[in-house]
Amino acid sequence: MTETALAPSRSLNPFSGLMSGTVGPVIVVVLAIIAIWYIAAVALNARFQQDIYERADRTDVPVSELIADTLAQERPVLPSPHQVLVEIWQTTVEKKITSKRSLVYHASVTLSSTLLGFFIGTLLGILLAIGIVHSRVLEKSLMPWVISSQTIPILAIAPMIIVVLNAIGISGLLPKAMISTYLSFFPVTVGMVKGLRSPELIHMDLMHTYSATRVQAFWKLRLPYAVPYLFTSMKIGMAASLVGAIIGELPTGAVEGLGARLLTGSYYGQTVQIWSALIMAALLAGTLVALIGVLEKITLNRMGMAR
Amino acid sequence: MTAVASAKDVTMVDAKSDDPSRVIDIDKLSLTFETNDGPVHALSDIDLKIEKGDFVSFIGPSGCGKTTLLRVIADLEQPTEGSITVNGVSPEEARLNRAYGYVFQAAALYPWRTIAKNIALPLEIMGLSRAEQKSRIEKNLDLVNLTGFEKKYPWQLSGGMQQRASIARALAVEPDLLLMDEPFGALDEIVRDHLNEQLLQLWAKTNKTVVFVTHSIPEAVFLSTKIVVLCPRPGRIYDVIESDLPRDRNLDVRESPEFLKIAHRVREGLKAGHSYED
Amino acid sequence: MTAEAIQQKKRFDMSGLLAWFIVAMVLVGLFTTIFTPDMGVMDVPRLAICLVILAIAGVRYELGFMRNMVGDIILGLVTAIAAWLLIGTVANHVGEAALGFWALTAATWASAWLFVDRLASWKLKSPALARIFNLAIPAVFGVTLLVLWQLIVDGNAIPKVLLPAPSEIWIRLTGSVPTLWADFRQTFLKAVIAGYAMGCGSGFLIAIVVDRVPFLRRGLLPVGNLVSALPIVGVAPIMVMWFGFDWPSKAAVVVIMTFFPMLVNTVSGLAASDAMQRDLMRTYASSYWQTLFKLRLPMAMPFIFNALKINSTLALIGAIVAEFFGTPIVGMGFRISTEVGRMNLDMVWAEIAIAALAGSIFYGLVALAERIVTFWHPSVRG
Repeated sequence: MTETALAPSRSLNPFSGLMSGTVGPVIVVVLAIIAIWYIAAVALNARFQQDIYERADRTDVPVSELIADTLAQERPVLPSPHQVLVEIWQTTVEKKITSKRSLVYHASVTLSSTLLGFFIGTLLGILLAIGIVHSRVLEKSLMPWVISSQTIPILAIAPMIIVVLNAIGISGLLPKAMISTYLSFFPVTVGMVKGLRSPELIHMDLMHTYSATRVQAFWKLRLPYAVPYLFTSMKIGMAASLVGAIIGELPTGAVEGLGARLLTGSYYGQTVQIWSALIMAALLAGTLVALIGVLEKITLNRMGMAR
Repeated sequence: MTAVASAKDVTMVDAKSDDPSRVIDIDKLSLTFETNDGPVHALSDIDLKIEKGDFVSFIGPSGCGKTTLLRVIADLEQPTEGSITVNGVSPEEARLNRAYGYVFQAAALYPWRTIAKNIALPLEIMGLSRAEQKSRIEKNLDLVNLTGFEKKYPWQLSGGMQQRASIARALAVEPDLLLMDEPFGALDEIVRDHLNEQLLQLWAKTNKTVVFVTHSIPEAVFLSTKIVVLCPRPGRIYDVIESDLPRDRNLDVRESPEFLKIAHRVREGLKAGHSYED
Repeated sequence: MTAEAIQQKKRFDMSGLLAWFIVAMVLVGLFTTIFTPDMGVMDVPRLAICLVILAIAGVRYELGFMRNMVGDIILGLVTAIAAWLLIGTVANHVGEAALGFWALTAATWASAWLFVDRLASWKLKSPALARIFNLAIPAVFGVTLLVLWQLIVDGNAIPKVLLPAPSEIWIRLTGSVPTLWADFRQTFLKAVIAGYAMGCGSGFLIAIVVDRVPFLRRGLLPVGNLVSALPIVGVAPIMVMWFGFDWPSKAAVVVIMTFFPMLVNTVSGLAASDAMQRDLMRTYASSYWQTLFKLRLPMAMPFIFNALKINSTLALIGAIVAEFFGTPIVGMGFRISTEVGRMNLDMVWAEIAIAALAGSIFYGLVALAERIVTFWHPSVRG
């Protein structure tokens, strides 16, 4: 009531309507970030460019040429956005997907281990949560370890898991997926425990008056209540899973995957390659999380729980 | 506030009211909320005068605008038409002068502050000295019978005690005007009766002006010297009843014929204002 | 309470089942080979003791004798002694464990579970004691896992390059304290602490600015939420290029990783105060800064601590991963990646143990500070 009362009456300027939502400000913020990126690219690359001019004994270079040159270096300190875009275009659309230099190929490698790890992690997380909610011993002994497992920088173990599993003959997707699993089970466990416990006492009492069994109470009450929590934690888990997959690719000798692109890029100073891999990873994360969001909307609509 | 671009603008009376005993003066006041479903007439054409020392109750069904009217007096909402003065000045000025204390439906005490520190909150904002703060805390805790609970946290007290603490917080500002928005609505009837009696004693002791929003007929009749009956769609005043009950009353007065007569008139007013629907 | 008691009864008796399992495993141990080629339990006196005490403990519980705290403590002692005897004997018979040995191992594990099960059912009056117990139960669980790890590695003679036993890791850890300390100082004391402080601090300050400007709040918050979901560790190679091999580049990664969680959480925390509380401050004619310090920041504290806790784990991960992309020859991430290459897995595990300990203590300190600052919050006050 207060909000509406204090809001200004409708303006005739359509632009103000756009700016009062979130779309307008987000566009402005994104444009600002791109502008800052360009300015930073010029500023960071200028010194190297001036060294080149000095070596070539050119003293009076016009500013416009300096800016143009800083944005077109081969190995810039900070590549400009359009350089990254061109690189992404060249390595996705203009390369065959089977090519070792195709970014789509590398992204799909990372994607498959992300999805496998996410799937196992979510399943494990749900099972653990069900155990914890129903058994006091598990709750008291296991739950603290679930939480402290995340205070352990598990990514540190990543190289070891990969190397050890390779040594006993397991290679390919599974070792990477295991790291994703480790990172993604935690948010799912914690979220599901919270969700399965979220039915109010009054609803549990109602189930009790029906003398419902624990299994019935689980399917009819606890699980539906936990669904919104599950989706929220799946979004976090998916993001974590992608991080795990990328990290898992670092120690394999940098053969394939977005993590490998990052590593070879940093070996050879190919900044444009690093940035394009980064942007690709960001796109992948955004798409995956958005997909879960869509799934969430559909499911909650079907269940009549949409807000 | 002083812009006169459109006819819809509020014209504030900036001359001081002639009558010094007039605390609130509302003249042809309307308030319309713009919502997505079109305008909602929360208040329409309200005329009301409140004198010093009055105990005025706003009563009506939900949606009649009684809380909105109180919020207009407190400068928490702005009217779209008409004029209003509080202590002879605009509500905004009155608010900046800390002319009133406001008690909400819930106690709204800060859980990280002790009861004493909660009462000190407005005093800190006003920038009073430590010694002054301390003496006011003691005085007002005593007024609401909460001495000895200074060091407790709100969540360690019962609902009734929390609400008493929030009244003490409103009184600590030492306003002449007390605005109360269904302060006892969330409490059970036994506690509510008790607090009503205490509130009356407090009012008698301090001679403050009280504006009190309620939806309970016995509460309104028991407390008030003046009862304002509001009705919804659009929110407007249906009836104003001057109570002739003695100023110093106790709970027994509720059995008296005068009390029942006033209660009957309030009930009739509420019915009539409601009759054209459900 | 009574309803719960009824349900407890209806549920199948887990502890009784465990006790039967102990007895069954002891019987298996009695009649099969303990160590290859043909050692029975009577040939290994220490295991005979182990078998007898486990049998007594199991039967004792089944008969319902001493089902009280004293009995539970004795059960704990029996479990500990049995585990110690198993570890002691298998060290002399590495790789020779046979069915009987594993049966005794399983019996010990079951008796540890039974012990935890009994501990969890203790009703403690003193809240302080109850808190210690809430730590003791997972600790027992953790020790059980370590014992199992040790027994499985020794019993199967798993090569050190695959999985070193806890005892070997411990020896390595105590034997290379100077190296570990140097790594810890490089990674944790320099990169993590500096990056954490700068990242959280700047996130907090920017959040206050963003909150002040509604346009920024609407524009930056969705972007911040998106960035929180991105694999930010990926910027590590870039930071290494920009800031060099030493710790500042790692701190920079930590700053970027911790900034966005802090920003997003603080902004939503500042919006957490409800309309009534803000109206209250308005009736006091309270200024922006007064409202900020007296109402909105205290209200935002649970959110801010949430970010501080998330960030405490992110910071360590960021610093270690950044070291995979190049460091001077010191640091936890550096040590892990080089020792993995040399197949010195005991050193890797020692480093991981240090990292785990540091991470847990860091998290614990933040959680402790949270309890002190937000003592009033329903989730803390109990």
